[in-house]
Amino acid sequence: MPTTWAELLDIGDREPAAAAASSEGDESKRRRGFFRRLRESIATSREAISAEIGSSLFETLDTESWERLEEALIMADVGARTTADVVGRLEGEVESGKVAGGDAARERLVELLAELAATGNGSIDLRPSPAVVMIVGVNGTGKTTTVGKLAWHLQREAGLNVTLAAADTYRAAAVEQLGAWAERAGCDIIKAETGQDAGAVVFDAISAAEARGSDVVLIDTAGRLHTRNDLMEELAKVNRVIDKRLGRGPSETLIVVDSTTGQNGLRQAKVFSEAVDVTGVALTKLDGTAKGGIALAIAGELGIPVKLIGVGEGIEDLRPFDAEEFSRALVGA
Amino acid sequence: MFDQLSDRLQGTLSDLRSRGKLSEADVDKAMREIRLALLEADVNFKVTKQFVADVREKAIGAGVLESLDPGQMVVKVVNEQLAELMGGSGRELVFASKAPTVILMAGLQGSGKTTATAKLAKHLIGEGKTAGVAACDTQRPAAVEQLTRLGEQAGATVYSQGTERDPVDIAEWALGQARSDGLDVLIVDTAGRLHIDSELMDQLAEIKRRTKPHDVLLVVDAMTGQDAVNVAEQFAEATEFDGVLMSKLDGDARGGAALSVKAVTGKPILYASTGEKLEQLERFHPDRMAQRILGMGDVLSLIEKAEQDIDASEAEELERKMRQDQFTLEDFLKQLKQVRKMGPLSSVLGMMPGMGKAMKELRNANVDDRELDRLEAMILSMTPEERSNPDIIRGSRRRRIAAGSGTNVQAVKQLTKQFEQMRKMMKMMASGKMPSPESMIRGQLGARRR
Repeated sequence: MPTTWAELLDIGDREPAAAAASSEGDESKRRRGFFRRLRESIATSREAISAEIGSSLFETLDTESWERLEEALIMADVGARTTADVVGRLEGEVESGKVAGGDAARERLVELLAELAATGNGSIDLRPSPAVVMIVGVNGTGKTTTVGKLAWHLQREAGLNVTLAAADTYRAAAVEQLGAWAERAGCDIIKAETGQDAGAVVFDAISAAEARGSDVVLIDTAGRLHTRNDLMEELAKVNRVIDKRLGRGPSETLIVVDSTTGQNGLRQAKVFSEAVDVTGVALTKLDGTAKGGIALAIAGELGIPVKLIGVGEGIEDLRPFDAEEFSRALVGA
Repeated sequence: MFDQLSDRLQGTLSDLRSRGKLSEADVDKAMREIRLALLEADVNFKVTKQFVADVREKAIGAGVLESLDPGQMVVKVVNEQLAELMGGSGRELVFASKAPTVILMAGLQGSGKTTATAKLAKHLIGEGKTAGVAACDTQRPAAVEQLTRLGEQAGATVYSQGTERDPVDIAEWALGQARSDGLDVLIVDTAGRLHIDSELMDQLAEIKRRTKPHDVLLVVDAMTGQDAVNVAEQFAEATEFDGVLMSKLDGDARGGAALSVKAVTGKPILYASTGEKLEQLERFHPDRMAQRILGMGDVLSLIEKAEQDIDASEAEELERKMRQDQFTLEDFLKQLKQVRKMGPLSSVLGMMPGMGKAMKELRNANVDDRELDRLEAMILSMTPEERSNPDIIRGSRRRRIAAGSGTNVQAVKQLTKQFEQMRKMMKMMASGKMPSPESMIRGQLGARRR
């Protein structure tokens, strides 16, 4: 499971550009600052739950501690089914003597959760040129913001040249919003008029990317509820446009899931992956008090790995998902 | 996972019925089902716990153990308890004696504040008021442009000063403008903020202090999970909001967050947003929400939707034809189009009670909206004569219709066969032998499988 940008981004045999190389120097310093910020930002989410589980939970391993663990996981939106699974397995292992003692139980818990989260291929495939990355999701999860942040990181971390496709032709001013991010990230953007066909914008963006020699086309799509068949069909159509134009589909399709989302998140991921080939989750707004446990349910039940997490409003506040770190934060271990 | 609670309870309790009285252990089993259903609907864990304890007590008091149909009794108790918890004690939107009435919108990022602001403006304008909206979200890129456009669409006066000024000042300025423009209502849109961001929460409190809103509405995404309680508590502390506007209720989230927020803060849910169009904002109905959380269907909403979307005179005409056995494929096409105006098939069927099992069969049989598209295409490929007299559709006509609609001969055959069955069923209904909706759907499915 990749935990750094270098590991996360599979850029194939491209030479990392000069811009990226120059930033290598202060990488460690930046990472320190970054982790401190992340720790601060998820400290709040951590506090609540670690108060539940933390050190006290496994002092005695009895019915009450299993119930409290169950409560903590459900409160983190992990969902009743996945919770029952995890708690059941841990309880079984403790009872059979395979795991002995509170500390061992806590470590095993982290391991079980991390195993669930670290499913499938966790890297982001950017090998084709131009690589097409499509961002999808329901309304208000943070798609446009994620696209802006990702563009910035792709350029900065891997020296990739990015072209944005503003294919959210539905929401008023969505194109302007992405335009502002393009400016911040310093990359090209192909815009459409509100109401124009999303497929046409994507087509134009790919052509522009080829003409300019861009490495990546990053597509921002309109938010759509998964219950809207017509809009899901539109998404599939955008895929067909890409396939027709390049002879291949997007190399990555990431669904953006708001970490405050409850059990409906599972349904969202499921229906979106029926329409398009969803390769990963970007879990946003982890800087609040929500724990984003629904991502575990999505990974566990649908086999879709989390690849990115959003931890703030700044352009730098996007990072690779670290299953173990996430699991530790979840149970405050 | 989306099993409906009523079905589940029926399953749990009905096989125990033959034994006569239920034991307490049986009731416990039922309570576990309720607990699971609530948690899957995202009702907060602690709220669920308390709720189940209350229901248990009431159910025992209500004599569930002795009743003939304990499953139904438990569902009834749960439903009443839910509706009671979600409704009552709430207040309506307050309008100022001296205009303008100020409504302040607050919420997390992405909950749908800007859209809700414009929708509420449109809703109030529809009630004959004049309304303005103030663009105080200077944080999110292009939020001001978004509100400007939506506000104009809604027919509201838009007050914006770009993104450079302080949101508190913009709000105060907009209030002055609205006052001198003589508007009835001013709705203040604010930036999405995390409930733990003290700086921004202070700013919100300051906007409240300066504009003295008559109503503060918290916008809550219907898809929110367990965290809804934390969010609501923190916003209540900073702004003492008066009511909740639930957004994105047009999805298939059960909306347990609604119950949680109400239970924890005691604030009522006033409005529900049910679609992307500006007019899709409704008064909130606690009883219906209770049924939605339980997956018990929403007959009232269905009737209302039907009233809204279906042309009454056309419906009457269709009904007359059905009764007189003059129903043609042309009429069927009309009916199909009317039903489809109400939304995707699954959401329409989901509103009907007792459709739990039938829905599952439908899903297994893959009857979805695409199926309806094919039906429409086939009928549209028929001549008027064929539509009014499907019996004449034989070999070469079938091939032509199949080619014209992009389907196959088999599908066309099936359509005419199904239509024949439907007419038979209508005759039965006309003569007073009304089959249940479930058996009707099963009958249709049976025909499809053959």
